[in-house]
Amino acid sequence: MSTETTATGFLGWIDKRFPLTKVWNEHLAQYYAPKNFNFWYYFGSLALLVLVLQIVTGIWLAMNYKPSAADAFASVEYIMRDVDWGWLIRYMHSTGASFFFIAVYLHMFRALMYGSYRKPRELLWIIGLIIYLAMMATAFFGYLLPWGQMSYWGAQVIVNLFAAVPGIGEDLSVWVRGDYVISDATLNRFFAFHFLLPFVLAALVFVHIVALHKVGSNNPDGIEIKENKDENGIPRDGIPFHPYYTVKDIAGIAVFLAVFSAVVFFAPDLGGLFLEGPNFIPANPLKTPEHIAPVWYFTPFYAMLRAIPPMFGSQFPGVVVMFAAILIMFFLPWLDRSPVKSVRYKGPIFKAALALFAISFVVLAYLGLQSSTPARTLAAQVFTGLYFAFFLLMPFYSKMEKTKPVPERVTK
Amino acid sequence: MKKLIIAAILLLVPMFASASGGGIHLESANIDLTDQASLQNGAKYFVNYCMGCHSLEYMRYNRMAEDLGIDEVDLRQNLILTGAKPGELMTNSMRPQDGEKWFGTAVPDLTLVTRWRSPDWVYTYLKSFYADPSRPYGVNNLVFPAVGMPHVLTGLQGIQQPIYEEYLNEGGLTVKKVTGVSAPAGGSLSPEEYDAVVRDLTAFLTYAGEPMKLERQRLGIYVLLFLGLFFIVSYALKKEYWKDVH
Repeated sequence: MSTETTATGFLGWIDKRFPLTKVWNEHLAQYYAPKNFNFWYYFGSLALLVLVLQIVTGIWLAMNYKPSAADAFASVEYIMRDVDWGWLIRYMHSTGASFFFIAVYLHMFRALMYGSYRKPRELLWIIGLIIYLAMMATAFFGYLLPWGQMSYWGAQVIVNLFAAVPGIGEDLSVWVRGDYVISDATLNRFFAFHFLLPFVLAALVFVHIVALHKVGSNNPDGIEIKENKDENGIPRDGIPFHPYYTVKDIAGIAVFLAVFSAVVFFAPDLGGLFLEGPNFIPANPLKTPEHIAPVWYFTPFYAMLRAIPPMFGSQFPGVVVMFAAILIMFFLPWLDRSPVKSVRYKGPIFKAALALFAISFVVLAYLGLQSSTPARTLAAQVFTGLYFAFFLLMPFYSKMEKTKPVPERVTK
Repeated sequence: MKKLIIAAILLLVPMFASASGGGIHLESANIDLTDQASLQNGAKYFVNYCMGCHSLEYMRYNRMAEDLGIDEVDLRQNLILTGAKPGELMTNSMRPQDGEKWFGTAVPDLTLVTRWRSPDWVYTYLKSFYADPSRPYGVNNLVFPAVGMPHVLTGLQGIQQPIYEEYLNEGGLTVKKVTGVSAPAGGSLSPEEYDAVVRDLTAFLTYAGEPMKLERQRLGIYVLLFLGLFFIVSYALKKEYWKDVH
């Protein structure tokens, strides 16, 4: 079946100069997605929606925000009070940051469940992880901008991680900050990066989708629908993305936006989880808050950082573990040796491992929000161990386990 | 598997052991942001008692007047005590270094105080001053020990005396700890009247912390109603399209 144009008139004129109809067909109207997508398959398009929301609200915030140590905090309050609809734009942006991570974490968990990282989707998974890294960098830079106490001291703690690198650490952290402490210079460059990175992110998302459409979407059964095509070359279990999944995603968007709006309009700080109390105090370099914690989406890794005791008088091992926790995800496609992709057909050990991994992630997120006590540190160490065990032991438990037979065609 | 889950849950128990406790019990401020009379009264007390030292540097006089239903004449006569214009921010002339000299710390701006503390904290704080001759201004505070601020509302509340409890610490020494306060004496208001004033002040500061709060909640209902409707339509559309998918 051809995706070339047969259009005449204006569209035909364009198609002769730009492959508009071809692109539309290849990526929407004749892109065949498995018909058995479930709840978990909403979060890809929802993450894209939030990215657009963040870029649009962010640009409008930048019209009134002032990236200077003297004016930043006051300019945010100016946006909240004196700019028409400024409060709505700001709350959408601050809530959007958290919802972006919620959507992406669920999107990633979906990939873990249904084996969407397995051959031939290894690159798709890796591009996704690069997107995740870019998101974390964007969020980190952005969190400094309100210039509240938590912004300031959170950035101080994270940038100091670079100082733990043996040998070059001190110089490296000064190079990142542009100063010996977080200061006006740091705020300026963080603003520059926070403005730039979302567009890099958008480009990466484009690459992610190109990679997805090359290999085709996975599905809850982990079956390759391309292996079972009809006489026209159309997958028997596939349906065109447009209109089927466009209309389905629109309904999903309505639900998502309702939850999003409930937070924006009725609990924008979500009990201190989305907007933290101490961040309503302007940054004060002379007053360290009693308790410093990053925003919730970073706390699993922060808990790991704190769980690792300093060795040879250096915090570096903790920093290594924290980065290793993200790095190890890149190897996932080659760690899973199971003959099947989807958790539906894997054995009980994999199911238990996945459940334990999800629990570890949530518990570490909780621990990262709390001040540390010996009991909590011990718990963080145990769950850090479980987190890594999920990956490191996967070649063994995924291989030795008996799996269920995978059906020929997708199931309901 | 079950054993693992149980072990994991048991492991979590000590995490919560120290999660509670700490700090004094906060009384509920029980404010009503829709009560304009209460907010107006709070504004009156704020500009008269607090604003000499504490600014509201992100709040504008005319915005406050508009939201609280105060006319401009009233605003100029009774609420602007600094000669500021109605469109200006509610600042004062105290410099940070003055605060450091007089109170040992720069006096904080209070625009967002209810957002980094909480309305209940502000309410309880204003009720928790007690006599403590060891402090520079003769008062201390139950929720903010060794606070630098004098009890500005003494004339209204009177002064409360501390109730001490003696106990042996780990080293075997007798230690005195303030566990509560006696009923205040010497104020011009009854305890109930004082509570009402403090409640109004707290309500006003809560308003100042987020002047658009009522507006966002009002708007939120319409947004959710629209999204509910939008969902019904979009879900019906989805069903219609998906009829032929088997």
